[in-house]
Amino acid sequence: MSEASSGQGGSAPREYAVSVNGHDCRVWEAGDGEPLGYLAGLCGLPRWTPVLDRLAERRRVVVPSLPGFPGATGHDRLDDPLDWITATLDLLDGVGLAGADLVGVSVGATLAAEAAAMGGDVRRLVLCAPFGLFDAGEPPADPFARRPGSRPALCADPERLEALLARPESADEVEWQIQTARAEEAAARLLWPLGDTRLARRLHRVRCPTLVLWGGADAILPASYAKRFADAIAGPVEVESVEGAGHLVDLDAPGAVAERALRFLEAAG
Amino acid sequence: MKLLWFHLMPYTELPDDFAERHESVWVDIDSRLFDPARGHRMYNEFLDELEHAAEVGFDAICVNEHHSNGYGLMPSPNLMAASLARRTHDAALCVMGNSLALYNPPTRVAEEMAMLDCMSGGRLIAGFPVGTPMDTCFAYGMNPSQLRARYYEAHDLVMRAWQEPDVFTFHGRFNQLRYVNIWPRPVQQPHPPVWIPGGGSVETWKWCAERDYVYSYLSYFGYKLGEATMRGFWQEMDALGKDRNPFRAGFLQFVGVAESRDEAMDLYREPAEYFYGRCLHLSPKWVGPPGYVTEATLRARVESQVAQAAQRGSAQAGMRSGPSDQMKEIVDRGYVIVGSPDEVAEQLRAVAVNLNVGHLMLLLQFGNMGADLTRHNTDLFARKVMPQLRDLFEDEWEDRWWPRPLGAADRATPRAVSS
Repeated sequence: MSEASSGQGGSAPREYAVSVNGHDCRVWEAGDGEPLGYLAGLCGLPRWTPVLDRLAERRRVVVPSLPGFPGATGHDRLDDPLDWITATLDLLDGVGLAGADLVGVSVGATLAAEAAAMGGDVRRLVLCAPFGLFDAGEPPADPFARRPGSRPALCADPERLEALLARPESADEVEWQIQTARAEEAAARLLWPLGDTRLARRLHRVRCPTLVLWGGADAILPASYAKRFADAIAGPVEVESVEGAGHLVDLDAPGAVAERALRFLEAAG
Repeated sequence: MKLLWFHLMPYTELPDDFAERHESVWVDIDSRLFDPARGHRMYNEFLDELEHAAEVGFDAICVNEHHSNGYGLMPSPNLMAASLARRTHDAALCVMGNSLALYNPPTRVAEEMAMLDCMSGGRLIAGFPVGTPMDTCFAYGMNPSQLRARYYEAHDLVMRAWQEPDVFTFHGRFNQLRYVNIWPRPVQQPHPPVWIPGGGSVETWKWCAERDYVYSYLSYFGYKLGEATMRGFWQEMDALGKDRNPFRAGFLQFVGVAESRDEAMDLYREPAEYFYGRCLHLSPKWVGPPGYVTEATLRARVESQVAQAAQRGSAQAGMRSGPSDQMKEIVDRGYVIVGSPDEVAEQLRAVAVNLNVGHLMLLLQFGNMGADLTRHNTDLFARKVMPQLRDLFEDEWEDRWWPRPLGAADRATPRAVSS
């Protein structure tokens, strides 16, 4: 039911599964070279996306699905952020990403940061618009309170989100809707009600070099939160804005995200 | 047949342009619309109405729980039930109910309901709704993906707290208590009757059947739309080998009685249109938080929608036309039953038989209905409709889910109040 065919030029990614808490989590891989872990954002990956092709041009991209997101079940066993962090660490271990670079987007970036803070072995970290912090003076928007059947405002270009979520001809109608609903439930399960996972208490333990990317048109998380992350992370941090991109920066600006991430990951020192 | 008098306790003075100028009656309804001085009047008027209903012979009076809601002023139904316990004598007190996951720890439900059962001499019906998304996930911040698991665990804790005579430890997934030992304990043994107000999910029906609880369908849209749900419920009972005792079920119906149907249409038009136009003016963004509906229920719904769409070949398939707020449609669609006493009695008898429901919960105050009309509706119903319905089911079936209070000799009489 999930779409593994890639964009221009590449062949379909390799697919296998690892088990977390007894539940299978799909892993997609493409490209060669140094491994690069990728944890996707809200909605997960119902299909392979263009940014992954770009990253796969220079790295072996390893894309595990988090519990509840397309390709993986088991979210209903995770009751609090600590359970989610444990599952993420298990997942990263299971795909052999210890010591590797890690890119996270949105809710995936939340767990990437949490994993890096809580003993996960991360060489370099790229965080694209992570949840996890909360400031009452400038709160995030609520991505969940929406008219049923409507799409959340996750991209500056709604067509990009539609391209991610629209059911392909080959997919079963019922299963596709269930998959989409389950991904939302998984995100809500971690983030409800404020998106505050108390990550603020742990960010000081992130010691690896980190790049924080934020879309200039993020309608969910305030761009000012990038600086909050930068201030709290102990390791050396760079912050960059991706002009015109919404919350799911990787969907709106795959080229820019891939280019800046690779440049950062390949920098000396 | 049991006839219960249900009050939602709506704020009766929402402005005429409420639906046009405000987005929602629930969750983020403007607090400035609530005038506490008027609220004082409303609460007292509503409690008068419930007490009066008890006096004129309704089998039970009912209160319920809502939060941040302009049509339901009872965040705490137990407070209301406590007042009613003192000022009524024979009517059962149907608390419909405590939204279990919202009480921390759930032991509080066991305690307060035990208090109510003692204070009333054993007249409590314990209702345990899961609670709407608005009440639970948005007003109270409950995680929609965890709500049902928390509800079931809270239920287990309450049932143990009522029944285990010794101190026990509760090692739950969400609740951990080392010394559970509630004091007081309910009059009714092993526990007060448990009723579950539910929607239409098969899981709820199965659970009610397993636990021998009453399944109560509290729809605001009356018997025509309720028929399908109750049919599904009884099919499930058949499949589980349960008898078709109508007292396994409860159903909510709005009713307006007058001398004639025309008079009823006239008298009850404004309150009905107020209810369906203003009270149910809800922003759709609150109704479907992710995970509130279980995957199994969602799958059944989606499968049904997909099948209907395939049949009709239309993208709109599966969507009914929206609820109406006009009296003619309100009555035609069966949201409210109106008529002369005989007409109402005949219709309600048919509803009870067709839906096979032995507990009819009647909304005789609804919308912005004032005290005079509420009393008129209540008295006319009690005098002329009730006698025509009382006997139904009584010969063939036993109501095993009704309170068994202390005998008359053991009942206290609260002191009279001098003003």
